[in-house]
Amino acid sequence: MPRVNYEAPTSVDEAVKVLAGASGLAKVLSGGTDLLVQLRSGRIKPDLIVDTKRIPGLIGIREEGGFFIVGAATPGVMLSSNVALEHAWPGIVEGADLIGSTQIQGRASLAGNLCNASPAADSVPAVIAARTTVVIAGPAGRREALAESICTGPGRTSLAKGEFIVEFKIPKPKPHQCDAYLRFIPRTEMDIAVVGCGVNVTLDAGGTCTDARVVLGAVAPTTVIVEDAAKALIGHKLDAPTLAALDAAAQKACKPITDKRGTIEYRTKIAGVLARRTAAIAFERAAAR
Amino acid sequence: MSYLDKAALKVVGTRPIRPDGVDKVTGRANFGADTVMPGMLWGKIKRSPHAHARVLGINTAKALALPGVRAVITGADFPIVTAEHAHVGAAPANLRDLSRNVIARDKALYEGHAVAAVAATSQAVAEQALDLIEVEYQVLPHVMEIEAAMADGAPLLHDDIFTTGIEPRPTKPSNVSKVVRFAKGDIEAGFREADIVIERRYTTKPVHQGYIEPHACLVSVSADGQCTIWSSSQGQFMVRAYTSRIVGADIANIRAIPAEIGGGFGGKTIVYLEPLAYMLSKKSGRPVKMVMTREEVFRATGPAPGAIVEVKLGAKKDGHITAAQSILKYQAGAFQGSPVQQGCICGLAVYDFPNALTIGYDVLCNRPKVAAYRAPGAPIGSFGVESCMDELADALNIEPLKLREINGAKDGTKAAHGVTWVNIGYQKTLEAARATAHLKAPLGPNQGRGIASGYWHNAGGESSAAVHVNEDGTVTVTEGHPDIGGSRASMAMMVAEVLGVPFENVRPVVGDTASIGFSASTGGSRVTFAGGIAVTQAAQKVVEVLKQRAAVIWDISPDAVEWRDGKAFPAGANAGSFEPLDLATIGNRSARTGGPISAEVQVNAQGQGPGFATHICDVEVDRETGHVKILRYTAIQDVGRAIHPSYVEGQMQGGVTQGIGWALSEEYIYDKDGRMENPGFLDYRIPVASDMPMIDTVMVEVPNPRHPFGARGVGEVPLVPPMAAVANAICAATGIRLRDLPMSPPKLRAALDEQALRLAAE
Amino acid sequence: MSKHHVTTTINGEPMEYLCEGQQTMLDVLRDELGLTGSKEGCSSGDCGACTIIVDGNIVCSCLMLGVEAEGRTITSIEGIANGDTLHPVQQKFLEHAALQCGFCTPGLIVAAKALLDNNLNPTEEEARYWLAGNLCRCTGYDKVLRAVMDAAAVMRAAAGR
Repeated sequence: MPRVNYEAPTSVDEAVKVLAGASGLAKVLSGGTDLLVQLRSGRIKPDLIVDTKRIPGLIGIREEGGFFIVGAATPGVMLSSNVALEHAWPGIVEGADLIGSTQIQGRASLAGNLCNASPAADSVPAVIAARTTVVIAGPAGRREALAESICTGPGRTSLAKGEFIVEFKIPKPKPHQCDAYLRFIPRTEMDIAVVGCGVNVTLDAGGTCTDARVVLGAVAPTTVIVEDAAKALIGHKLDAPTLAALDAAAQKACKPITDKRGTIEYRTKIAGVLARRTAAIAFERAAAR
Repeated sequence: MSYLDKAALKVVGTRPIRPDGVDKVTGRANFGADTVMPGMLWGKIKRSPHAHARVLGINTAKALALPGVRAVITGADFPIVTAEHAHVGAAPANLRDLSRNVIARDKALYEGHAVAAVAATSQAVAEQALDLIEVEYQVLPHVMEIEAAMADGAPLLHDDIFTTGIEPRPTKPSNVSKVVRFAKGDIEAGFREADIVIERRYTTKPVHQGYIEPHACLVSVSADGQCTIWSSSQGQFMVRAYTSRIVGADIANIRAIPAEIGGGFGGKTIVYLEPLAYMLSKKSGRPVKMVMTREEVFRATGPAPGAIVEVKLGAKKDGHITAAQSILKYQAGAFQGSPVQQGCICGLAVYDFPNALTIGYDVLCNRPKVAAYRAPGAPIGSFGVESCMDELADALNIEPLKLREINGAKDGTKAAHGVTWVNIGYQKTLEAARATAHLKAPLGPNQGRGIASGYWHNAGGESSAAVHVNEDGTVTVTEGHPDIGGSRASMAMMVAEVLGVPFENVRPVVGDTASIGFSASTGGSRVTFAGGIAVTQAAQKVVEVLKQRAAVIWDISPDAVEWRDGKAFPAGANAGSFEPLDLATIGNRSARTGGPISAEVQVNAQGQGPGFATHICDVEVDRETGHVKILRYTAIQDVGRAIHPSYVEGQMQGGVTQGIGWALSEEYIYDKDGRMENPGFLDYRIPVASDMPMIDTVMVEVPNPRHPFGARGVGEVPLVPPMAAVANAICAATGIRLRDLPMSPPKLRAALDEQALRLAAE
Repeated sequence: MSKHHVTTTINGEPMEYLCEGQQTMLDVLRDELGLTGSKEGCSSGDCGACTIIVDGNIVCSCLMLGVEAEGRTITSIEGIANGDTLHPVQQKFLEHAALQCGFCTPGLIVAAKALLDNNLNPTEEEARYWLAGNLCRCTGYDKVLRAVMDAAAVMRAAAGR
């Protein structure tokens, strides 16, 4: 690998200073499971790597003021072993849990997955479906933004130069609100999602949907929030006509490409299949919560 | 002495822990990349980004000037290997082609073809130096697909290849290097006799052997030309021979040491790095270490070919096949030599076809030169034939297993390629399949069961072995075969059996080229067979020596000594009443009874027994996604005699799993410029642990009388049936016949949608 | 560019080394520390042959920088046995012939040990999914799973469960 400088700041302010002061290309390192692959393949050639894992709070999960606050560099294994988060948002945990292998989950983080901005990122659909906000630090100070505003295209984010994500604020679910995430891959593990789907629903006491978010991954340059799919669910139980409408809305929202992982036709069909299956799990969970 | 009676065996057939096992589970074992030498440099390779291009010039000045760079080489540094010198001994490779594959000369023939290499003081410097090498290419049109490469006006890879095997001999060069043909009976008459004739076309993509260890070597050439090569390969004698020819060195000046090898499956039966490291070491005066990245393994080492297989079968209503025809076209890659001939032979070899014709074409194209992959050629040919057998069974409304029982080869059957079978176990594999609980187990919705059979010749050939009795009576057996699957344990077991001592008293050593006699490569499922014959004969010779030494100690005639249970006994009361002498006693006194106790044997083993298998596969299909799950798999194979049953089972299970990957998810994907799009384990998808169920194995033993213990080769047959077994199971589950590998979810889903439309229209 | 001085604990022993910013933990283990038991199969985190345990979690050492080991606790294959007493996972791998070429074996054993540290009673399916990041091309995983399940049984018995 080509030579690169490395710094491990121990505070947010120090990290901001280091990133602002970088003369060449500086990349933030949390888990490294995308960054190091790209370094190795020569896809990116940074001059400086800034490791955020030594900043207090960047690794860890806490509950505060109606939110789960997840440090940006928290590895997937910590998410799956957090009982409260797993119970509240199993879909987010499932999504993170599906990134790569057990070894990858020992390192991979929500921030890395989001900021790598692959359309097929597994943790992103459910994170967006939950209406997560992210806290960003940068030269101009701190700001908050919706997670769904971060990815602007494959490999591109809305973060300004020198900015990085400090934490994820996931709102706690309401009663009878829950989520699910499914993806389709050719094998049973270890593949990039051909299609991913995160669904977040809120039900009333009778099981009718009062709120919904359906988010598709890997079917467009960024994840797609499918408004028509949500509309198909709201006001309905998950009966056959609702499922059919959901399927159709999901398929219609797809703008996929044909690449080595899937064709346009196939991704579109699977988007419909996954929307139905994911919604079924989300409804079942929401009813039980 | 005959060891064919299984009941009399004490060691062979048991499951001792392998002698190299502790090193391998603790990380101590040294593989190709695990060694260093003082002063070592790192070597890296510059590769063509073009699928087909003339190399007009290479400017290495800037690279050479980079601090830390100690040598740069190009094709010009290597001697030209002429056609007359293209073969070394009986080794199979064409060295003229291999030398041009190892580094390009006037043309780059595939993306990834090596064009230059550097040696530098660190990997980072070596990589930097590669960027400073300036190569001027004239990009040429490239051709990737078989039919395009065969067509008139196709871009031509070589201007000196004229198709052999057709009359009249062509005068224009071609991308088809040869046509092979085997025929039996009268094929036209055979089809006329048939009540039903079906004709089908099957296609496959290239797949890689997928060994987890990338190629690696460390080569040191000293100023007087003596050279040590440390590398992992399927044959240290092959490494020595091929390197010597490619670099122009005497064989005796090269000592090739076999590192432990992290998988080969045929893909490491040739060299890629050693000649380059040799030249870099010679030029720099320092040892040079080279390790391929995974990307290089995919872009530049040889896969199994993609292919077109057209099968035509004709049969009577009662299931007797009257005619079988197969036409195979295999990609050879950048140089000639795909295993199309084996594909032709093996696909049909399972059956007794009264009339048969098989024709094979070896087609060059701008892809890496194909390399052997576990029963090379046979898996592809059998995918076609075994799928077509199933389609025929369906058309005749006969159970697939029954169709094979009716037409299967038996002792005395003459195969289409001319061999008459003797002592084969195919029918027994069918009987064993019939007897499995698997075959009768009920299936649920969207589930289906498929069966398929397969054949591989196995190989014999040259092996050497030495058995030494040490001063304390323990035994060392030195053999010349890299151990890919546990063979050194089997060698020690056979020696222990002959000597009558516990397995733990015999230590096997895989010797380097200076320490043991010539041994052909580990491959062709030959080591337990040929290596086994060598070690057994060596051990038997040692027994004769031991008896003779006992005779000296007792001062009686050697004819009056017998050897039993690890000891010398007087043969009968007339010989005298002496206490038995064990190996420790005789070994300790060897200097006083005649000298070291040792025997070395060289064999050119013949009579390897062919291997047959029948597999049963259950799948479950997710109709909405096209995903196929393997529910259950049973592999039944005639193994002759399982020397170490765990390792035989392991070969079967490993081959099956590779076959499932080949069937469902593995393929080379190229873009329109002939560049590989998936050169990594992320998108080149081999089965992972969660993809597989347990794999049941049934070892049928029809001993091969040409091996002292009855062994047959077992390692390769397991890869022959799985793709058709899976395809047949998918058809049983869905009614969909997929004929293009891999049978990936999008293809199955598309076929299911089309089926749904057809059914709706009816 | 100056090197980083790293102080860490590897296989129970305090260790110090110098490394450049871009050197991976795998590079450091193999090329600086002579611990060649961890293998390089792909350098992209897809094969698991480089698996080590860092602060209790298995990671691909090819996707970790050597500098990141500062202050952490690392276990590689060389630290799994206790002197010349093999760990039950290692012993069962040998008994079940769960290795053929042995190249993926170090990574598999480290991952399996971590599985059993985490859960002494995995189902076969749980074990398969845990180990999905360890590619093996030789065995078809059958004997590997048998070895892991058998090691779990042995360890449960030893723990009195």
